[in-house]
Amino acid sequence: MALWTFWGLAKGSASTGWPRGAGGDGQEGMLGMPRLDAAACEKDCSACASVCPTEAIRVGDDKSVAIDYGRCVVCQLCTEACPTGAMAPTHDWAFGVARREDLLLGGTRGETVRPTDNQRRAFRRSLHIRHVDAGSCNGCESELQALNNPFYNLHRLGIFFTPSPRFADLLLVTGPVTHAMLEPLRETYAAMAEPRWVIAVGTCAVSGGISGGGYTSGHGLEGVLPVDVYLPGCPPNPAAIIEALLMFLGRVPQRVRAGRQEGARHG
Amino acid sequence: MNGAPARNLTAVGLQAAAQYLRDNGGRMQMAYALPRPAGGVEVRYLVAPADPASFALWCCAEDELPSLATIWPLLGWYEREMTDLYGVRFIGHPEPAPLVLPATTPAPFAERRAATVATGKDVLPEIRANDLQVLPFGPVRADVLESAGFSFVYVGEHIVHYHPDLFLKHRGMESRFEGLGTDAGVILAERVSAVGTVAHALAYCQAVEAACGCDVPPRARWLRSLLAELERVYNHLHYFGHLANTTTLRVGEAQGKLLEEQAKQINARLTGSRFLRGLLTPGGLRRDLDLGDWLSPALEALRAATADYVAMLERSDSHLDRLITTGHLSARVAFEQGATGPVQRASGIDRDVRRDHPYAAYADLPLEVPVSQQGDAHARAVVRAEELDNSIAMMQRILLLAPKGEVRTACAPVPGTEGLGWTESPRGSLFYAVHLGAGGRLARVKVKSPSFSNWRVFPSTVHDTNMMDYAINEASFGLTIAGCAR
Repeated sequence: MALWTFWGLAKGSASTGWPRGAGGDGQEGMLGMPRLDAAACEKDCSACASVCPTEAIRVGDDKSVAIDYGRCVVCQLCTEACPTGAMAPTHDWAFGVARREDLLLGGTRGETVRPTDNQRRAFRRSLHIRHVDAGSCNGCESELQALNNPFYNLHRLGIFFTPSPRFADLLLVTGPVTHAMLEPLRETYAAMAEPRWVIAVGTCAVSGGISGGGYTSGHGLEGVLPVDVYLPGCPPNPAAIIEALLMFLGRVPQRVRAGRQEGARHG
Repeated sequence: MNGAPARNLTAVGLQAAAQYLRDNGGRMQMAYALPRPAGGVEVRYLVAPADPASFALWCCAEDELPSLATIWPLLGWYEREMTDLYGVRFIGHPEPAPLVLPATTPAPFAERRAATVATGKDVLPEIRANDLQVLPFGPVRADVLESAGFSFVYVGEHIVHYHPDLFLKHRGMESRFEGLGTDAGVILAERVSAVGTVAHALAYCQAVEAACGCDVPPRARWLRSLLAELERVYNHLHYFGHLANTTTLRVGEAQGKLLEEQAKQINARLTGSRFLRGLLTPGGLRRDLDLGDWLSPALEALRAATADYVAMLERSDSHLDRLITTGHLSARVAFEQGATGPVQRASGIDRDVRRDHPYAAYADLPLEVPVSQQGDAHARAVVRAEELDNSIAMMQRILLLAPKGEVRTACAPVPGTEGLGWTESPRGSLFYAVHLGAGGRLARVKVKSPSFSNWRVFPSTVHDTNMMDYAINEASFGLTIAGCAR
C-alpha cells in the first residue's frame, strides 16, 4: 500500500485549475450545439429540419427556422445537410440554463439569472448532489463519473455526490424517465429535505431527446418534477456539467440566452 | 439474410437442430422475433456452426414453439423478451415470467404488451433457513450508477441467492428504429449504450451495408477499426479504475480514471466527441479524420502509462487477494449461458469475432486474443489488460498503414432486404439484424448487446459467495445496464 502512496505523490497533482486558476477545461476539439446564421439560409430550404432526428429544428409557415436546443442531441446531421453553411458546427457546449425558454432560439430573453434567494447562496461552498438515472444510455453517467477523476476533481469546488437523498441539496436526473423509474425518482425527491433543487442533465432529461415517448418513456422531467437548471447535451461533457453547477450556485454567469451562447469559446 | 444464409424449420425440426448444434460444437448466438407482413410472427435463431466459420439463420413461423432454453440456457431471456413484446408462446419454458415489461406495466405503456404474455411474476425461489434475510437493493444506489434493482437472500455474510431486476431502464430502443431512414438509424444506434457507441453504430452500419450490398472504401474500413479500438481503450481503462475502487485501492482508482480521462480527451480531439459519436454512417464515415502527427505519440504515452499502471496493480497484494478466486465462472456455465467478450475468454473460451469473423480492417491487422483458464475476477482483469496493450499496438499499425482515399460511398437503401452486422465491442460480441421495408425504411432492427449476455450469466457467480466480494465481482464483469435493458 505504501508503494501506491509514494507513487501517487511522485506523480504530483493532475487536477486542472479551471475555471478559476491555471489549466484548461480539457475539452479541446469538443463539438457543441450547432449555430444558425439565418441570414445565410437559402430561400424555402428546410434541409436541416428534415434530417433532425429529434425535431429540434422546425421551419415555420413563415419559413423562419426555430431551434429548441433542449431537444438537440448534437448529432451534427443538420450541419452536414445545410447547403450554405448557415447551420454550422461550433464548440458551444456550455448550455446550462435556468429557464427552459432560454434554450429556444428566438425565444424571449430571460433576465440575468442570479440565485437571489438566500437559501441557495448558503450552499455556494458545499453542495451535495444525489444522482438518479431515469433511463439514460449511460453516456451521462460516464461523464458524471468523470467529474470525480483527478483531472476535474469536483471536490476542489466544494461539490459532492452523496449516496442518500436525505443529505442531498440537489437532485440530478438523467434519462427520459421510463415508467418503471418514475416512482423511484419521485420517492427520491420526496426523501430530500427542503430546501431542494433539481437539475436535468442531458437532452433526455430535458425533453426526452431521442428516447422520449414510445411505449416505455415520458419526456424527461417535463411535468414530473420542478426543474431549476436545464443542461442539454448528448451527453453534456464534464466541463459543461461543472459550469451548470457553478451557474446554479451563482458562481459563474449563465452563458446561453434565447438559444445563443454569449462570449466566444476556443476562438 | 445477407451475412447469414437462412433455413426454414418446423417446430419439431427446431429442437432436433438445436440439439445437433449443441452436440457438434456449434454456438447459439441469439434469437429474435420478426413480424410478418401477412400477420403473425417469425422467430429467428442466429447460430454459429462449428464449421464453417460463418453464421447461419434458422427461421420458424409457427404459432407455438418449443422452448429451446433447456438445450441452450442462454435462450431463456430471448424467449421471455419475445413473449413480452411479440406474444410468441414457448412451450416448456423453465422460467415463464415477464422479463422486460412487468405484468404491472400501466397504460399507455401496456399497449405494447402482447395479449398472450405470461402473467407470472419473476419470484425468488422459496428458501428456508434460520436467520435468512432478504435485502432489496436499488434501483437508486450509492454513487453515480445506472439504475437496477437487486435482491440478495443471505445469512450473515453468505449470499444464498441473488436476483437482479435489470429492465427498469428498458427504453424500447429496437422499436424506435422502425420507420426511420437508414442514415438516421445510426444516430439511434450510437445511443443504445454510450460506452459502446462505436460497437453499436458499426454493427448497425455493417448490417445495413450487408442488406444493401454496399462496399465500404478501404480507408473507411481502417478508420473504423481505429475508432473501435479507441473505444476499447477508454472502456478498459475505466474498468481498471472502477475495479480498484471496489478493492479500495484509492490511488489505483484515481490513476485508472485519470488514464480513462486522457483517452477520452484524445477521442474528443480526434473526432469532436468523447464517445466517438457522429462519424459512422452506412457506406463509410461521415467525414475523413485528420490523424495528425500528435496522435501516435499521444497513444504511445498512454500505452507506457497504462503498462506502468497495470504492472503496479499486479504487484499489489491487497488488490490481488480480493480478485483471485473471486466470482469463479466455469467454462461450461460461460458457454451454456452465453457469456461473451473478456468474460468468456477469462473462462477459457477462445472466441473473438474480430478474428473469427473479421470485419472493418481486422483481417489485415495482427490480432492476439488473450485467453485465461482461471475464470475468476483476476483472470477477467488480466485478459482486459492484455487486450489494452494489443489495442494500442493495433492503432499504431493503423496510423502507419491506413490507406488514403475516399471514406464514404453511396449506400442507397434497397427495399425489402435484410442484413446482419456484428462487432466485438469492449464487452463482447454485438449483433444487429436489420430489415428494410417498403421505401427502404427500417422495418425491424434487433440489437443483441454483450451486456444482455453477460448479465444473464453473472448471477451464477454470485450464488453461494459472500457479500464482501459482491461489488468486486460485479466490477470484474464490466457490465452496463443500458446495453442490457435497451
